[in-house]
This record gives sequence, C-alpha cells and structure tokens, in this order.
Amino acid sequence: MSESTSFFEKAPGSPEVAACFPDLHPPFERTAAVTEAHRCLYCFDAPCMAACPTHIDVPKFIKKIASGNLEGSAKTILDANILGASCSRACPVDVLCEGACVMHRYNKQPIEIGRLQRFAMDALHASGAPLPFTPGKDIGKRVALIGGGPASLACAAELRRRGVSAEIFDARPLPGGLNTYGIAEYKLPLKESLREIDMLAQLGVTFHFSTVVDTKKLAEIDSKYDAVFLGIGLGAIHMLGIAGEELEGVTNALDFIAGYKSGAITVVPPKVAVIGAGNTAIDAANAAVRLGASEVHMVYRRGPEQMSAFAFEYEHAKQEGVKFLWHVAPVRLAGAGKVHGVELAKLEATANGSLVPRQGENFTLAVDLIVLAIGQATHADFLSGDKVKLERGRIVVDRATGQTSVAKYFAGGDCTNGGREVVDAVADGKRAGIGISAWLEGQNGNA
Amino acid sequence: MATLETTFAGIKCINPFWLASAPPTNCGEQIMRAFDAGWGGAVWKTIGEPITNVSSRYSSIDWNGQKMMGFNNIELISDRPTEVNLREIAEVKRRYPKHVVIASLMVESKRETWHEMVQRAEDAGADGLELNFGCPHGMSERGMGSAVGQVPEYCEQITSWVKEKARTPVIVKLTPNISDIRLPARAAKRAGADALSAINTINSITGIDLETLEPRPNVDGKSSHGGYCGPAVKPIALNMVQQVNSDHVDGAPLPMSGIGGIASWQDAAEFILLGAGTVQVCTAAMHYGYRIVEDMGDGLLAWMRRKGYSTIDDFRGLSLPNVREWKNLNLNFRVVAEIHADKCIGCQLCYTACWDGAHQCIHLDRTEGGMGAPVAGTDPRYAHDEPNPHGKPTPAMVVAESAKTISMTPIAKLDLDGIGSSSAVTPLERIPRVDEDECVGCNLCSLVCPVPDCITMERRETGLPFESWEERVAKGKVSEEAAVTGNPNL
Repeated sequence: MSESTSFFEKAPGSPEVAACFPDLHPPFERTAAVTEAHRCLYCFDAPCMAACPTHIDVPKFIKKIASGNLEGSAKTILDANILGASCSRACPVDVLCEGACVMHRYNKQPIEIGRLQRFAMDALHASGAPLPFTPGKDIGKRVALIGGGPASLACAAELRRRGVSAEIFDARPLPGGLNTYGIAEYKLPLKESLREIDMLAQLGVTFHFSTVVDTKKLAEIDSKYDAVFLGIGLGAIHMLGIAGEELEGVTNALDFIAGYKSGAITVVPPKVAVIGAGNTAIDAANAAVRLGASEVHMVYRRGPEQMSAFAFEYEHAKQEGVKFLWHVAPVRLAGAGKVHGVELAKLEATANGSLVPRQGENFTLAVDLIVLAIGQATHADFLSGDKVKLERGRIVVDRATGQTSVAKYFAGGDCTNGGREVVDAVADGKRAGIGISAWLEGQNGNA
Repeated sequence: MATLETTFAGIKCINPFWLASAPPTNCGEQIMRAFDAGWGGAVWKTIGEPITNVSSRYSSIDWNGQKMMGFNNIELISDRPTEVNLREIAEVKRRYPKHVVIASLMVESKRETWHEMVQRAEDAGADGLELNFGCPHGMSERGMGSAVGQVPEYCEQITSWVKEKARTPVIVKLTPNISDIRLPARAAKRAGADALSAINTINSITGIDLETLEPRPNVDGKSSHGGYCGPAVKPIALNMVQQVNSDHVDGAPLPMSGIGGIASWQDAAEFILLGAGTVQVCTAAMHYGYRIVEDMGDGLLAWMRRKGYSTIDDFRGLSLPNVREWKNLNLNFRVVAEIHADKCIGCQLCYTACWDGAHQCIHLDRTEGGMGAPVAGTDPRYAHDEPNPHGKPTPAMVVAESAKTISMTPIAKLDLDGIGSSSAVTPLERIPRVDEDECVGCNLCSLVCPVPDCITMERRETGLPFESWEERVAKGKVSEEAAVTGNPNL
C-alpha cells in the first residue's frame, strides 16, 4: 500500500502542453542571481521575512547566494519552508515578500526574492543532494494526515524531523494536491511539484494513494493513530444553479487546470468563457488562450475594482489577450447536448448594494467551452457529529498550533483558512506539525 | 576662468593627471594614445636592466559584486631594452612637446650606473626623473626598489648620486612598506631631491584559491607577495601623503605627486587638498582604460568653479591644517545621530549596527512612546555604567518576537479590511529612534544607512570652550581627573 519515491518519474503530462507553458518568470542565470543578491540590503528583522507566512529568513538565504554558499542557502529556505521550491514559483510575491521589500521606498525596484529562492532551490535539485535534514529519533507515535496537499506535506516534514511517524492519505494517485494539480503550469509545472515531494519521501513520509477518507474510514484511522492532521482543502467548485449546466462543454476551473496539467486536455475549442474573476479564474482563462482558444472571455458580475484576483494577475490576463465582460451574470446556458452559448444578464447595483438584472438587456455570448470558477465549496461534512468544530464549513483551529476543538485533531491549509496560497498552507502545516509534536510529547509526559 | 594647467617642481603641466609608472606606460605607443585621451603626463614604466617577468602577474579582490576593489601585481620593471625605451621617449616628446614625460629609473646601487642612466634619460628628452625606491616585489630581493626606500641612508645616497648628474627635476618615489614614511622623505630632501611621489604599492597577498589552496597570482602553483593598489589603498595613501606634506622638520615640504587608488576627480581633489601638486593613476586606467581621465578633468573643473578656485594651487594643501594629532582635537565638541523619519525606509541596519557594533543607543520604540521620552542632555561619554540602561529589547528579543507573528497572504475577498498597508510608506514601528542621552556620536549608524541624508549627525552644544587632551594634561591633571573634566553629568 505504501509507496515512497520517484513520483517525478511517474509525472503525467504532455510535451505539447508543456511547450505552451514556458516559465512566466524565467530562472536566474548565475551571475544575474549573484548581482541581484548583492543588491539586497540585508535588513535587520526584515519585512520580507515577516511578510512570508513561513517566515523564511530571506536576507540570510540571499546573502548565501552572494557568498556562493548555495547549499546553505537552500537549507535556510527549507528550514522554514519545506516546499521552498514550489513556493518560489507559485507565491504571489508582489503581495508577500517582494511587496514588503524596503526597496519600494528606496529606489523602487524590490529585490527579486522569488527568483532568487528558485535559483537556490534549483541548485540544490541540480546537485542531486538529499534534503539537508534527517528524521528525528523515533518517539513511537503515529500521525495520519488526511489529504496530500501542501499543508499535510509541511506538517509531515515537521513530524518526521521530530521522530513522529507520518502517513498521508490522499484520494488522488499522486501527492501534492493543488500544488501538483492546481497551479498554472507556467508558474509551477506538475513535475516540479512531484520532484519536491520526492525529497520529502526521503524523510520517511509514507503515502496511501487513491484512498478516500469518509466517516467510516476516519473512524478506522482514529482508532489506529495517535493524532490526525486534516489537510483536506476545499471541495468542488460551486455550480451556477442555472439551466444547461449539464451540457457537454461545461466544466470547472479545477478540473480544467488539472486536466491540462496532467495531459488529459491538450487543446481547447475556439470560444471559451470563464465565469468568475478570482486568481483561479485567471489561471483557467490564460490556460485557455495558451491551449489554442481564439477568444477567451472572463465573465464577472461586478467590476474590475471588486475582482478578487491580485492586480498583477489581472494585468497578466490582459497581456495574454483575455477579454473581460463586467457587470454581467449568466442566466442560462444554451445548447443541444453541447453548449454553444451563454445568455448573460446585465447587472446594476441597487441602493443597498445588491445586484439586480436590467430587464430586457440580456444578450448571448457564443461559446464552445464554459469554465466555472466562482469559488469552492467546503467538504468537511464527514467530520460532522461530535468531531471537530466548524464555522461556515471551515475547520476552526488554534492558529499557533493548528489544534481543533478535538484535542487529537489538528488542521491547516485551505480547509481552515478559506482558500489561500500554497505558502499559507505550508505555514499552517508547519505550525501544526510542531503543535502535534508538542501535544504528543505532553501526552507522553502525562502518561 | 578655472584652469587645470599647473607647474610641478618647475615642470609645466597641461593638467595634473599623470599615469603612474606601470603597465599603462609600458611603451610610447600606449603613452601617445593616453595623451590623446587627455592625460597630462606619464611616468614611463621603470627603465633599468631588462628583466624577465613571470606569468601570471596580477591578482585582485572583488567586494560585494564590485570588481577590483584592490589589485596587486608581481610584475617587475620594464622588460624592454633601455635603448628602445629611450628612443620612444624621444619620439613621444617630439610629437607631444607640451605633455610631461617622466623617466622612472631603477638600476643597481652604483654611482656610475646611476650617472649613466640619468644622462641617457635626460638626453632622450625626459622632462624629469622619478627614482623608483618603492617597488616591493622582486626588485627588492636584488637590492633595489623598496630595499632602497626602506633604508633612509640608501635613499639619501642614491638620490645624491642622481642629483650630481641630473639637470631635470628629480622625484623620489616613496614606499609605504615602512613604519614612518617621513624618514625616507627627509633623506631624499637632504640629498637635494626636487619632489616626492607617494605611495608605491603595499606588500600584499590578495588571496588563496580555496580549491587548490594556492595563493594568487598563481605562478606554477606558487605565488609571491605583490604590490597592492587600487581603491582599497586610497585611505592609506592619503594618510602617508598628509604625513609627508605636514612634516616641517627639515623646512618646507617638497612638491608631492600623489598616488594610491585615485580613480575619480573627487579622489584627485582629496590628494591635492592634502598637498599633492599632481596625481598619478594606474589601477583605474588598467581597469577601464585611458578614457577615465576625461571625467577626472571635467569633474574637477566643475568642482573648482563651484568652489571658486581658479587654479590647482588655489586649493592645494587647504585641508592640511585640518588634520591634527588626536591630542589636539576638541574634547568638548559633541554630535548625536538624528534619524529623519521621512527618509527612513525601515531597513533597521542602524539598529543592529548600533547594538552589535557601537553603543546600544538606537531603539525600536516609536510606537511605544519612545519619541516622547525627554532628553536630559547628558553626555554618555562620561557615563561608564551598564549598557542599555532603560532595559530596551535586544536584537535577539526583537527577532524572537517577530518569529511569533502569524502572517497570511492578503486576499481581498477573505480580508475585508483590504490588502495590507502600502509598501510606499515606512510603518512607524520600523523606524528606529536614537536615544540622545545614550548616543556617543560615533557616526556608525549614519555610515551604514543606505539612504542619503536619512541619518545626520547633529551638533549638540555642550556649553564648554575648546579643550584638547593636550591642554588637559598641560594643566597637570592626572588621567582619571582629566577624563572627567567637563563632565556635565557631575
């Protein structure tokens, strides 16, 4: 049942698709990295470090690039963030470390922290060296981690470093969750996510794939393990609740992105509409452009100032050639067996801020593919009963330790924070891993 | 109308910028191109019995991504036959009569040999002679170069032989590899030298190759100490130039041609302010080529116009009276650091520098009312009790506190209060504060601050008249008592 290494070699995908998604932020060449590293002021108690959810000691790893100590640089990154390679590519650095860089107030050009971090991590991977950590001395405790995404991976790494057995259960055939299946390929290729997880396996993290954890399975796990970490993420993308959603040619952003990343989708039809205006919607729209669509629209019921996507993502989508339809909402999907159009209502705001359709102004947009990206539901229902406390579907945790309302249950990532970034999930998982170890040691002390 | 034209030891110069005796002045072809680029003079690569050089010869050290902060060489004097060098000197002087050509000479320590070489160089048309008593590598092992410069008696002896013969000005080039550079300078003057030049290169090993464990520059796995120069040596050169130019033991100082790390008009101005009449450049020209002289002249002239100086002599030596022995400095002068919050970018380099490298008087307490703390006006130079008297957090405590914070990616739809604070404005808690009553006025914070004019050193009136250590001692005070004199805290 348990598998360990070489996920990288099992990576699915299509070379044709990969060719459509070259690096959005190309890697640094060595001299450029060193030059950039020298620009870093080496701030004390650096704002970039505080802005990073995992508190990577950014000035420290950058100075090690400058000094030529790449091995030490990668260790500094991994010590704080076991998915440092994925995060260096996937992080929205504009609103995190680079957004906090004091250079904004100095000569306006922040240090390219994300690319420097990737440089250090790429160097580690190229060297073939293992993770610079070893498992801690076995303390005889077992922890089950539900879901194989970044939160569980980070939690598992902390547990292993502290001598706790860590077993991950995941419904998919490969680990990584959204880190593997859900991030735009031009930011983080699927195989790069797997490469990083291969290194984690070296710590002795074990995996149970294609295993769906339901109420029954959870009860079984509960009886066998000393603690449980819930890194279950969010659930399916919401449906629109309008006519025609059953038609062929209607999909959702997560399936669409996972589909092209794993090579199941290699082309898209000419006309694509993405419903929603969050970061995932933009990832889907950009992917549609790159996979050959000639006309990609994003459809959003409010205006650009209310969109939840980061400003830099919006700019990127515009550069890719995505078109935007603001203040409209789908009312009906038209088609016979296969979708061929979406009827849109124009919306206006009432005095109390709610949106109402303007009568008689509906129009139809011709489409061959509809991608829904209007947010994910939660799927923590199987925890209901006397299990952990939920709030609007999210698992309630003590933020410093990740502990839930039930002592032996801990949680982190999207299922607790509502759906944020990989780095937030890593930070949650890391805190929970430390929290679980401390709790287990407390149990020992009490025994 | 400001001019760069000047006269040095009787030699008319179209500008004060000379190339030092080194690879850039190896041959006539080079020197003529240098003159075309704007150099006013060149000191010919030292002429003497031709030598055989090693390969390789140069090495350098880089600093934080900048190349050649310091440079060294183990190259010897000219490897060309003397008659070739002399023929080319004649050719250069024929084609560039207004440019200065100085013949740098080094021969074995025999009177007749020196007489002959002086005669030949002057016959070739050299405007002056520079005696190379400074080369610290190779030649010194053969009893020449710095082996002469380090022994005032030898320096005096050979200079006097040269002066017996010379009709043109004689410049003695001094070595810095000596405990007191004024001693060979005085010896040269006693022997009748017309001018001095300083400094030659400094004994050095630039580094070790960490793969091969071999020093640089590498000659078949081995190296030798070489002459160090470049930007890194400028402060050492300025000090030695000042020492010689302020030395009045044997009467007025001789004209000085300043050398050592000069690469810009500012560097040149500083050497001239400490009494140099011309400046000599090597490393910068080796790094960037002869073209650097254009801005040296352009920039220096612009500065002279701004300061109201018409000639080099108008400002030559003006800073010499401002260099004093420590015992003559004013103990009752006090400055304190002031951090200008509107310019602060929040890097906190001043904070960590003050705590680890100075006097623990910068704190991160603006949001905790730090700015409201009354200034008592005490002078901490007289208070020798424990550091951090107010129990402010140490750097380790600050970092530990930060590590506890939980931060998240700001996402508009999840964070109703909007996306973070603007990175265009420095948060108040990032702006350090100087405790005036603890600040000793050391300058360190203002030196590490990356932002111009963000940390300034502000004078604080002590209400006390000038008093130097020497004056205190002269009043018969013993150390303990003298140390507390003027203490406003008592």
